[in-house]
Amino acid sequence: MRLEELIKIIDGEVLTKDNDLSKEIKGGFGADLMSDVLASIQPNAVLLTGLCNPQVVRTAQMADVAAIVLVRGKKPPQETIDLANQERIPLISTACGMFEACGRLHRAGLPSLEKTVT
Amino acid sequence: MRSGQRITDELAGYITRVEELAYELRISEVMTRDVKTVTPDMQMVQVLELFRKARISGAPVVVEGRLVGIISIEDLIRCLRGGDVAAPASDYMSTQVITVKAFHPVVEALKLFAQTRVGRLPVVDESGALVGIITKGDITRGLLRALQSDYQEEEVRRYRASHLFEDIVSDRTSLILRYTIKPRDFAHGGAASSHIKRALLRLGANPQIARRCGIAAYEAEMNLIIHTTNGGVIQVEIEPHLITMRAVDDGPGIEDIELAMRPGYSTAPEEIRELGFGAGMGLTNIQRCVDQMVLESTPGKGTRLEMKIFLQHEEALKDCHYNQEKKT
Repeated sequence: MRLEELIKIIDGEVLTKDNDLSKEIKGGFGADLMSDVLASIQPNAVLLTGLCNPQVVRTAQMADVAAIVLVRGKKPPQETIDLANQERIPLISTACGMFEACGRLHRAGLPSLEKTVT
Repeated sequence: MRSGQRITDELAGYITRVEELAYELRISEVMTRDVKTVTPDMQMVQVLELFRKARISGAPVVVEGRLVGIISIEDLIRCLRGGDVAAPASDYMSTQVITVKAFHPVVEALKLFAQTRVGRLPVVDESGALVGIITKGDITRGLLRALQSDYQEEEVRRYRASHLFEDIVSDRTSLILRYTIKPRDFAHGGAASSHIKRALLRLGANPQIARRCGIAAYEAEMNLIIHTTNGGVIQVEIEPHLITMRAVDDGPGIEDIELAMRPGYSTAPEEIRELGFGAGMGLTNIQRCVDQMVLESTPGKGTRLEMKIFLQHEEALKDCHYNQEKKT
């Protein structure tokens, strides 16, 4: 799914500059615990999260996340947006809650990129 | 172009490399120096012949190096329509000539092209003598040339980084990166790991290896920030077939290592959990990412975590460029 389609599906608002909206998103992952993200996300996923501190961007960078969606209409602090711009990771805000956002994307055919932790 | 507008920091962020180049490049660097000129007494039929042979659509009119006018294909068409090809160029040339200075940035020429709709601008030096001519085509070619050389410089830079281990001959070569991690410095949490991951990619590590090292380093870095009394040091030793990362601190140490290793066990306070950490998965994550992990700790003395990632033959930093060459 292309990033621009994904944004439409969740009525997202893009918070970063100069984003490549044609970027292909391979799947999704939802978590508020960054260690969970690091433990089991696969590359090129969209990360849906309720956290909005700069650590989300750092985590995304380490885990090769393609884009970050902040759920429940959260507006992140400026440091988070600055870091996302610097690392060129698109940051999107949606009014949907976590379940709603994940549900809409999954229904639209976006697969899960959560690896089973063994 | 944003002429006349003050460039704020925010705006500067939007300026592309091409726009930057339009300010950096001088007109003298992109102009055509070999200018075909016309004299005022030249017949229009000769001008026509010159344009055809030289494949140009305009030329400055010059008397002893001094610019007196400019003549273009439009002037020629006017002349041909009247069947007046024997007339001198001075009858049809424009005498209101807009010029640009050779030492001005390219952006000045771009502004004039936008404002005046002329197709070419004679270029003069400080003394006003004609030294060249510039068209939009010259600017495009100049910008492309500059971008090409930017690109080559970048290529050379990458080439050098990824050949580090090839170029240096020794019995055993390693590169050591060191990072000092301050306690409770959440604002910069992950910055060191980010540099480590980027350095590995620059050195030619494959994305999978860089990702594993990045995640392990990140968890170790967050542990130093969250749990240590005085912070600590992360040291990464990069060898062609082995990456060794060490996170060392001087306290407080871990009471029960076995318990600390248990997935889900955490001593992190609430404020850390709010950051999305302290889920008790850090050491488990590290163990998953690296090939070998050794954790030693003495309560009251400190903790030493050593992580090793072995690079298989095809992943080895030394062999990287051979693989790339085979692919292309």
